[in-house]
Amino acid sequence: MAHEETVYEALDHAHGGEGQWAFGTGFDEPLAGVDTTVPEGIDPADLGAYCLMLGDDALVLCQRLTQWVTNAPELEEEVALANCGLDLLGQARLLLARAGSVGVLGRSRERATASIPDEDALAYFRDPDEFRHSGLVEAPNGDFGQTVVRLLAASAWRLALFARLRESRDPVLAAIAAKGVPELTYHRDHAARWVLRLGDGTPESHRRTQAGVDAVWLLLADLSTATDVETRLTAAGVAVDPAELTDEVRDVLTLVLERATLTVPEWPTPQPSRGRAGEHSAEFTELLTELQSTAREHPAATW
Amino acid sequence: MSAPTLDRPVPDETALQQQFDATIAADHRIEPRDWMPEGYRKGLIRQIAQHAHSEIIGMQPEGDWLLAAPSLRRKAILLAKVQDEAGHGLYLYSAAETLGADRADLTDKLIERKQKYSSIFNYPTPTYADVGVIGWLVDGAAICNQVPLCRSSYGPYARAMIRVCKEESFHQRQGYELLMTMMRGTDAQRAMVQDAVDRWWWPSLMMFGPPDDDSPNSAQSMAWGVKRHSNDELRQRFVDMSVPQAEVLGVTLPDPELALDPETGRYRFGAIDWSEFKQVLAGNGPCNDERIARRRAARDDNAWVTEAATAYADKHAADKHAAVSA
Repeated sequence: MAHEETVYEALDHAHGGEGQWAFGTGFDEPLAGVDTTVPEGIDPADLGAYCLMLGDDALVLCQRLTQWVTNAPELEEEVALANCGLDLLGQARLLLARAGSVGVLGRSRERATASIPDEDALAYFRDPDEFRHSGLVEAPNGDFGQTVVRLLAASAWRLALFARLRESRDPVLAAIAAKGVPELTYHRDHAARWVLRLGDGTPESHRRTQAGVDAVWLLLADLSTATDVETRLTAAGVAVDPAELTDEVRDVLTLVLERATLTVPEWPTPQPSRGRAGEHSAEFTELLTELQSTAREHPAATW
Repeated sequence: MSAPTLDRPVPDETALQQQFDATIAADHRIEPRDWMPEGYRKGLIRQIAQHAHSEIIGMQPEGDWLLAAPSLRRKAILLAKVQDEAGHGLYLYSAAETLGADRADLTDKLIERKQKYSSIFNYPTPTYADVGVIGWLVDGAAICNQVPLCRSSYGPYARAMIRVCKEESFHQRQGYELLMTMMRGTDAQRAMVQDAVDRWWWPSLMMFGPPDDDSPNSAQSMAWGVKRHSNDELRQRFVDMSVPQAEVLGVTLPDPELALDPETGRYRFGAIDWSEFKQVLAGNGPCNDERIARRRAARDDNAWVTEAATAYADKHAADKHAAVSA
């Protein structure tokens, strides 16, 4: 009885018109209250460019995972995939805000109204060739098997990276990485459990998942070679050379795939990253057009 | 040696019925292991399943905006909300399972249109203001309907509803906050909000179901303590709550007859067009086919995943540590 009355009472409190009526949904910008000073000896332009790479990886994979919501195989999976998407979205917001805080906004700031926060200027007012995510995250989902194989690969790689970035000389990046580690541990575990079930499930699920593995493996090449920004920042103690991650990522993926009775393809030959250079597929343009559609249709609006 | 005889008498149905009636009369809870009349069980399964289906189908109208939400903050809020709805569906299907129903079977009944879901989710969501108005009016109406269910006589349903209502109340505030922000924005945004209010107001009033004198299942549900207030009573409560909120927001509710009755302190409102309600209920709403088609595709296109998970579980039933702890 008491509970019932409380809920009704809460509903009636619409008076005052105060903007803070919904609590808990984060009215502050992601880095509000954080000291964003860049430590001595770190090039802010490089730091911002690096945060864009990692932020874009998270934003694009979030968008891909969100495409499953209302289409997933089980209700539990609706919840789980949305959860992974939310974690990645949170990481993206922090990393884009970090890029903005060091002035790396490109042309987005000219296109976005002043009232739009940096994170949104970067997400909604950059063109496709200004995005810096890897080819691994932008590829279309494929079926559920390919989706969980990609999630496994992407989260194994990102977890290996974030675990090391906790020691980054940029304290903001280090803190973002520390927050991300438990999230990515869950994503990797969740994806690994599905790869096991599907690889070692029925002949059909085995066939589909093997096809997913073969497709995803080719995309790993885009993550294997350091860009100039990553090389410089690695030397400055801010970033990690992606080549350093290869052994750990390969070991984790091999362990899961072998247990799942799947064939481990040959590791792809390293090549310069196309995604990090802003070269993306037509499917990415399609994904980005949808993501930006409402914001660009109402450039002067506040949300 | 012969089996010992049970000297405990098998309770006859009359005694069980008396015990059940006494539990209801004392306003105590019926729990899954308790005896219950078949009509009570069936009625509850019908109601809880319909409620669960509504949560799951209800993910779609707003879910259509997940990929195009206008800011990262709004995307996070919406994704969390749609995720909550999936969670509500889960609690409710679980509550139905305590009555002997099976989730897969209930899902089949939804897809084959043998069980219903709230008709409100058959309306389209053409603009982002719809996300806010669904939160404010649709979730608001749902809360008015659902808060009394926190005292439902069936324990698992009542407990599920307490959690559902808390989250719904949060969604309602989020929806209203979005509308407030939009009303402070551009003229185009204000026009979008008014347009969405015009489209959702009457369907929201219809969410309380047919008028009391035309509600076939209500009387028995009230007697059994499954339902606590009549449809018209709850509808009035919703109108009284929403009118002042609309004033604060600065929107007009699309009912010229809406007026405060100074004697009762309650709002009088115009007649509801029940023919529209019946059309949508009969499956002829703007999005009925689309909503069901998506559930069907999710089930059928992913059937191989469910089969694989079952096969894997069977193969590894004996393993204690099936998952990799890499």
